[in-house]
Amino acid sequence: MSGGRALWLRVWAAVVFGYLYLPILVLVVFSFNSQKLNLRWQGFTLDWYKVLFADTRIQEAAVNSLVVAGAATSVSTVIGTLLALALARYRLAQPAQLLLYIAIIVPEVVLGIALLIWFSQLGITTGLLTVAAGHVVLCTPFVALTVRARLAGYDRTFEEAAMDLGAREWTTFWRVTLPAIWPGVLSGALLAFTLSLDDYVVALFTAGPGATTLPLRIFSMVRFSITPEINALSTVWVVGVSLILLVGQMCVKKSPS
Amino acid sequence: MLAAPAVIYLLTFLAVPLSLLAATSVLSRGPYGDVVFKFTADNYTRLFDPLYLKILLDSLTIAGATTAITLLIGYPLAWWMARAPQRVRSVALFAILVPFWTNFLIRIYAWILILRSGGLLEGLLAGLGLWRGSIELLYTPWAVLIGMVYEFLPFMVLPLYASLEKIDEAQLAAAADLGARPFQVFRRVVLPLGLPGLAAGSILVFVPAMGMFAVPDLMGGARTLLVGNLIRNQFLVARDWPFGAAAAMVLVALTLALLVLYTRFADQETLV
Repeated sequence: MSGGRALWLRVWAAVVFGYLYLPILVLVVFSFNSQKLNLRWQGFTLDWYKVLFADTRIQEAAVNSLVVAGAATSVSTVIGTLLALALARYRLAQPAQLLLYIAIIVPEVVLGIALLIWFSQLGITTGLLTVAAGHVVLCTPFVALTVRARLAGYDRTFEEAAMDLGAREWTTFWRVTLPAIWPGVLSGALLAFTLSLDDYVVALFTAGPGATTLPLRIFSMVRFSITPEINALSTVWVVGVSLILLVGQMCVKKSPS
Repeated sequence: MLAAPAVIYLLTFLAVPLSLLAATSVLSRGPYGDVVFKFTADNYTRLFDPLYLKILLDSLTIAGATTAITLLIGYPLAWWMARAPQRVRSVALFAILVPFWTNFLIRIYAWILILRSGGLLEGLLAGLGLWRGSIELLYTPWAVLIGMVYEFLPFMVLPLYASLEKIDEAQLAAAADLGARPFQVFRRVVLPLGLPGLAAGSILVFVPAMGMFAVPDLMGGARTLLVGNLIRNQFLVARDWPFGAAAAMVLVALTLALLVLYTRFADQETLV
């Protein structure tokens, strides 16, 4: 068996990548289409980008999403990283792994309604804060597992050396441990940020009427109208996320391993 | 100590809410859509109503079909990636991830543009002279299936790749040297060794596909109602939380059953 070099496999891979990218390409190309119905190509225009950047509801939703993603990423990165360190060091912390697995495997709709029940029991009004609280649950396991994977090949003798040389625990953490696991922390944070930015389901149940995030806004736009403005928004999104990913990749590669 | 913040957080915002959900599923609905503290098993027995059984069956069918199709598409791709040169591998891995990072609603929207009547697929087919006239695809279960397959393909490919990548080239060479034909090598060596990835990928596709409601909402029209839609409607539209909670518990039970099955024939580490 010639493995990955077989011709049909290569053809297949090309077809599947075409299938993955063609719809996205269509979105991008048709964001420059002057026909409002967006059925056939008519001519080049940038009008939809003007419409998009003048759309205050989109701007509001984008700001909301960034605030939520920023908050959820900060919290989940800190607690997820600490948990990963605990899992790598103490056997006593192992049961916590069960919580991580539950968080990963529970269907999003179930998490959403469970949080809705909890918040209504507590009498908390839903809003951006409750969305962020839900997103921390979504993101923490991914941060913890990414950092944990990074710690797999980590040699603790450096920490012991630092302590022997008189560094306090806190100094050791900042100067030795954190630089070593930094790429893992960074990719975990990146993952958390994109997960939060992407989430529609948990936000649907935990956002109040005044707290529309970008996916919620996109959903109602897609549901009720078809306008090239959504294409323009998609293009901005695709370009933005690709940039974040590229920058993240570069940061991870640059940092010392 | 280090674990404390995360553990406390997940207990507060995951374990407690899920326990409340379980409790709610055996309580009653009050006259104003509130939850009344009166024990009942009615929410579960109601799920056996033919109407809801059909929803469950439809969900199982669509989630199962999504899993099978992503497996058929994804397996050869994952195998190609696993055997490609190192540089090609990392590029391919990145290329799988990029569409996965674009918002899933945007991806659904792209397919709506393609499939709708008068849309791009019709134009393409007419342009190629293959088919003239309208295709009635959008707002059918078939459209839901197309959307789901597109959404979940990366979830299948990534664990498959991780598992197939570990297979030693020497084992394949040994099998071939001993006279196994390509198909036999696949059936006797690749398939068994890649089983953990196959199982993990299937679960990662099947479980979220069962709870998915955005794709049926946007691509299935009114005709396609899945378990996810049922749960969402009970909470946000009909305001029968106990019944919705019972449906959610069925989803959770199904998920757990699949996981137990999975741990039977794969080690825990390949889970994520």
